[in-house]
Amino acid sequence: MGSAYTPGLTVSGRTVIEKTRRLPLKGAVLVQAGELVVPTTVVARTELPGLMQTVKLAEQLGVEPNELKSALRVSASDVIEKGQILAQTKGLFGFFKSEFKSPVAGRLEMISEQTGHLGIRMPPTPIEKDAYVSGVVQSVIPEEGAVIHCVGALVQGIFGVGGERQGVIRAVTSSQDATLDESAITPECRGQILIGGQCVTLAALRAASACGVAGIVVGGVVDSDLMEFMRSELKDPSFDIGVAITGHEPIPLTLVVTEGFGPIRMADRTYALLQSLNGRTAAINGATQIRAGVIRPEVIVADADQAASVAPPAADAGELRIGTPIRVIREPYFGALGAVTGLPSELTQVDSETWVRVLNAALQDGRNVTVPRANVEIIVT
Amino acid sequence: MPEIRTILATDCGSTTTKAILITKQDGSYRLTSRGEAPTTVEAPFDDVTVGVTNAVREVEELSKRKLLDADGKVAVAAKDGDEGADLYLSTSSAGGGLQMTVAGVVKAMSAESAQRAALGAGAIILDVIAVDDGRKDYQKVERIRQLRPDMILMSGGTDGGTINHLVELAEMLVSADPKPRLGIGLNLPVIYAGNKDAHPAVADLLEDRVSLRKVDNLRPTLERENLLPAREAIHELFLEHVMQQAPGYGKLSSWVSTGIMSTPNAVGKIMQTIAAQRNITVLGVDIGGATTDVFSVFKGLQGDSIYNRTVSANLGMSYSICNVLMEAKAENIRRWLPFNVSDAELRNQLRNKMIRPTTIPQRMEDLQIEQAVSREALRLAFEHHKSLARGLTGVQQTRTIGEAMTQSGTGLTLVNMMSLDMIVGSGGVLSHAPRRAQSALMMMDAYQPEGITLLTVDSIFMMPQLGILSTVQPEAATEVFERDCLIYLGTCIAPVGTGKEGDACVTVDVNGSSTAVPYGAIKVIPLGFVTGDDGEPKRAEATISPARGFDVGNGKGRSRTVTVTGGLSGIIIDARGRPLTLPTDDATRLRKIKEWMAAMDIPVDAPNA
Repeated sequence: MGSAYTPGLTVSGRTVIEKTRRLPLKGAVLVQAGELVVPTTVVARTELPGLMQTVKLAEQLGVEPNELKSALRVSASDVIEKGQILAQTKGLFGFFKSEFKSPVAGRLEMISEQTGHLGIRMPPTPIEKDAYVSGVVQSVIPEEGAVIHCVGALVQGIFGVGGERQGVIRAVTSSQDATLDESAITPECRGQILIGGQCVTLAALRAASACGVAGIVVGGVVDSDLMEFMRSELKDPSFDIGVAITGHEPIPLTLVVTEGFGPIRMADRTYALLQSLNGRTAAINGATQIRAGVIRPEVIVADADQAASVAPPAADAGELRIGTPIRVIREPYFGALGAVTGLPSELTQVDSETWVRVLNAALQDGRNVTVPRANVEIIVT
Repeated sequence: MPEIRTILATDCGSTTTKAILITKQDGSYRLTSRGEAPTTVEAPFDDVTVGVTNAVREVEELSKRKLLDADGKVAVAAKDGDEGADLYLSTSSAGGGLQMTVAGVVKAMSAESAQRAALGAGAIILDVIAVDDGRKDYQKVERIRQLRPDMILMSGGTDGGTINHLVELAEMLVSADPKPRLGIGLNLPVIYAGNKDAHPAVADLLEDRVSLRKVDNLRPTLERENLLPAREAIHELFLEHVMQQAPGYGKLSSWVSTGIMSTPNAVGKIMQTIAAQRNITVLGVDIGGATTDVFSVFKGLQGDSIYNRTVSANLGMSYSICNVLMEAKAENIRRWLPFNVSDAELRNQLRNKMIRPTTIPQRMEDLQIEQAVSREALRLAFEHHKSLARGLTGVQQTRTIGEAMTQSGTGLTLVNMMSLDMIVGSGGVLSHAPRRAQSALMMMDAYQPEGITLLTVDSIFMMPQLGILSTVQPEAATEVFERDCLIYLGTCIAPVGTGKEGDACVTVDVNGSSTAVPYGAIKVIPLGFVTGDDGEPKRAEATISPARGFDVGNGKGRSRTVTVTGGLSGIIIDARGRPLTLPTDDATRLRKIKEWMAAMDIPVDAPNA
C-alpha cells in the first residue's frame, strides 16, 4: 500500500476554520450569509418551552374526572394568571361551593378527562447561540443556525474539559518542558488563557479556578490531578471520566491538553505558535468527543480583519507518503517527531509480537524507527 | 438469479473497518483476503465510507481484484474477469451507543421489565422513571427533559389493568416535552409497550408531540414478560435514528446489496446457528472498542434452547477503556499483569488509549496491559449478561406470581458454566492476539469455565460479516465459518473446587498416557489438527478423574469420560480451582501469573528484550 490515512490534529498559524453554530431546538436565525460577526454576535435564538405544571384539579375539587368539564372556568389555550380561578363547583343549593386557583402563570395546554388533570405550560426560556469566533457568515442553516467562516490560528488539543470561553492568551511558563504551578497564577491572570508547558499541577488548577482564569492550555495533565480537581469543583466525589465525551462540565475554567495524560512536553510547534499569539484574544473550548462525529478541544485566534482575510490553501487531508511529517502518538517513541521514510506493504511483527502494517520513520533526534501506522499522526499545518 | 461467486463484506466498527472478500473456488466458498482501515467518522473525513474504501482498497491490493470504481465506490455487479463483487454487504456499530430512558408504572415490575427489554436491546439506560419511584412529579419531568435520550420505552399496566397511571406517565412526557439527543427538529421516538387498553388515551396525548410506536405489552399479565416486540422496535429505531447519525451512513446504505445490519445482530445470528447446528450450549463474546456484546444459548428447564444477548454499551477496549477502569478499578486490572505498575502509570496509559483509540500496543508490556483490561471487560460484561439473562428469553418466558412479585429471577439458572459446551471469542483483542493461547487464557481468566468446555475464537474477526451473509447466502456463510472463521484453541478441563497449592486436583488419561495436575497449576496436553495447523481438529477420548472435593461435571471426586477436541493449544487442564482466586501478595501472584503464562507458552517479555 503506497499511502494510508491517519488522522492528525491541526496546529496552524493560519488556516480556515468553519464553525457550525446550531441551536438545540428550531428557532430564528438572526444573521445573513456574508455578514461579518464577532464572538458575541447572536447568530440564532429560540425559546425552550417552559415546563408544564400538572394540576390535579379533579382530585382537588373532589369531583370525578368526567365531571370536571362543567366546573372549569377556563378553556384550552387560555393564558392563565397566577391566582386565577381555574374551576368552581356548583355546590349544594348554591352553598359549599369550592374553587381552585392556578398556582402558576402560563398557558392552559392540556385538559385530561381521563385523569382530571390540567396542564399549564409555564413561560419559555430564551436560548441564544453566539458566533463564538470572529468571521463571516458562510451559510445559514434555516431555523437552526449558521456556519461561520473564520481565518486565523488554530490549535487542536487531544483532550479537554469545560466549554466555550474567550480570553487573552498569556504565556506563563519558560519552556515547553516547564510545569505550570500555582506560583504562575497571579491576579492579572483573571479572564485570561494561560499557556503552560508539560503539565499543570492540581494546586495550579485550583488557584486558576479561584482567580477566575478563563482557560489553560498545557501539554499534559496527570489523570489523578484532573479527577481530583473535577471532583472538588463539581462537588461530586465519585466523578470520573469513562468515555471521552466532555465539554458540558459546569467548571469555571476550560482546560485543553495538547499531548495526553501524564507530564508530556508540549510539542515544539504547538508551543511556539501559542507563544507567538501571546496577548491576542482567543476562543477556547474544551469539548471533546471521541466517538462518531469527533470533536477535539481547540484554541482559535481569529485574524483581526476577517473581511480582508484571504483563505490559505487547503491543507493536505491526511495521506501518509514518503516525507510526510509525523508525530508518534504511542510508546516507545511517544511524542517524537519525524518524517516517513518507508511504507512497507507487508505486515511486520513488532515487539508485542503483533503483526501490523508499519512505517519507517527518521525521527528528529536521529533515530530511524519502525512503528505501527496506527501509532502516528500526520502533522497538519 | 445469477450465481454469486464473489462476495465483499465490511464491518464498520467504532474503531476499525474490516473488509473480507469471499470467492467460490472449486465449488465451495472460501475467504480469499481481508483488509482493514481506521473507521473514518473522525475529522477531517467525517464519512464512514472513507474507511470502507480504504479497507476495500487493501483487499484489492491483496487479491489483485478491482473492487472499487473510479469514484472509490464499491463496484457491485461483478464483471467477467477480475472486477467487482456480485454481492456487497455491510454491518455497522459506528455511531456511538443507544441512550434510552425507560418508564413504567411500578418500579419493581413494569419499569424493571422495560429496563430489561432496553438493556437487552443494547441500550444505555439513562434513567428509569416510575410512578412509584419516590420522586416528585416535577423532579421526574425535569429529569426527562434534561436527559435527551435517543428514545423512550414506556410500559406499565397489565392488559385490561390500569389506564390512569399510563395517562399520568404520558402527561409527564407532555409536560417535559423531551427532545432527542440527535436530529434537531425531529420528534423523539417513544415506544409504547404498556396496557393495550390505555393506548388510545396515551396516543391522544402524545401522538402529535412525539413519534409514537405501539408494540405488544411487555408485561401483559403479572406472570408473563414479553420482551421481544419491544426489543425489535428498539432495534429498528436504533437503525433508523441512531445509526443514521454516523457520518456517511446514508452513502454506505446506497452501496450495499441489502440493508446494513447492526453488528451485534449479525454476530447473534452466527451464535444461534452454531448452537442449533451442533445442538450445544454456547457462550459468545464480541469485544469491541466501545462496547462488549455477550451472547448465550443455554438450555431451559424444558430442555429448549434459550438465546440471550446483552450489550455492555460502555465496556470496550478503546473508546470505553476508561469505563472498564472505572468499573473494575485499577487493582483488578493490575492483578493480571506479570509485572508491577503503579496506579498512576496505569491510569495515564489507559487515558491515553481512550483519547487515541486507534493506536496499537507496540511494546510487550503495553499489550499485556490491554489484555489485562480485556479480562476485566469480559468479566464485567459477563456479570451483566448473567444478571439480565433471565429477562431476555422472549415471548414465552413464564415466571410465577411469587417470582414476579419478589423479582427473584429464574434467569440466573440459565447461565450454568458446568453445562456450557463452547465459548466463542470475537473482537480485536481476542481475534488479533499475537498468540492464540493468549486468547484462550484471557477467556479462561474472565469466564472461568467449569468442567469441560471447548474454546474457540473468530480467526480474524469476521463473524459480523458472516452473520449478515447468513441471511442472504446461508450456504456461503456456513462454509466460510467452518473453514476459515472458527479457530479451535482446544478443550479446557477445569475442576470446580478449591484446595492448597500442590495438592492433588485432577488426572487426565488420554491416548494411553496419564497426566496428573496439582491444584494451582495449568498443564497443556498437545492435541492439534488432523492435518497441518488448522482445519479439522483432532478428537480423543479422555477420562478425567478429579481428586476428592473437585467436580468436573459428574459430582465431586467422580470420573468422567468424554470426547475432547484439540486445537492450537490442545487439552488445557486448568487446575487453578473454581472460583479462581489470585494470590493476594504481589510476589506470589507475579510468580503464578508467569507460571501460568509459561504453561500456555505465552511469553512474558518481548523476544528481543
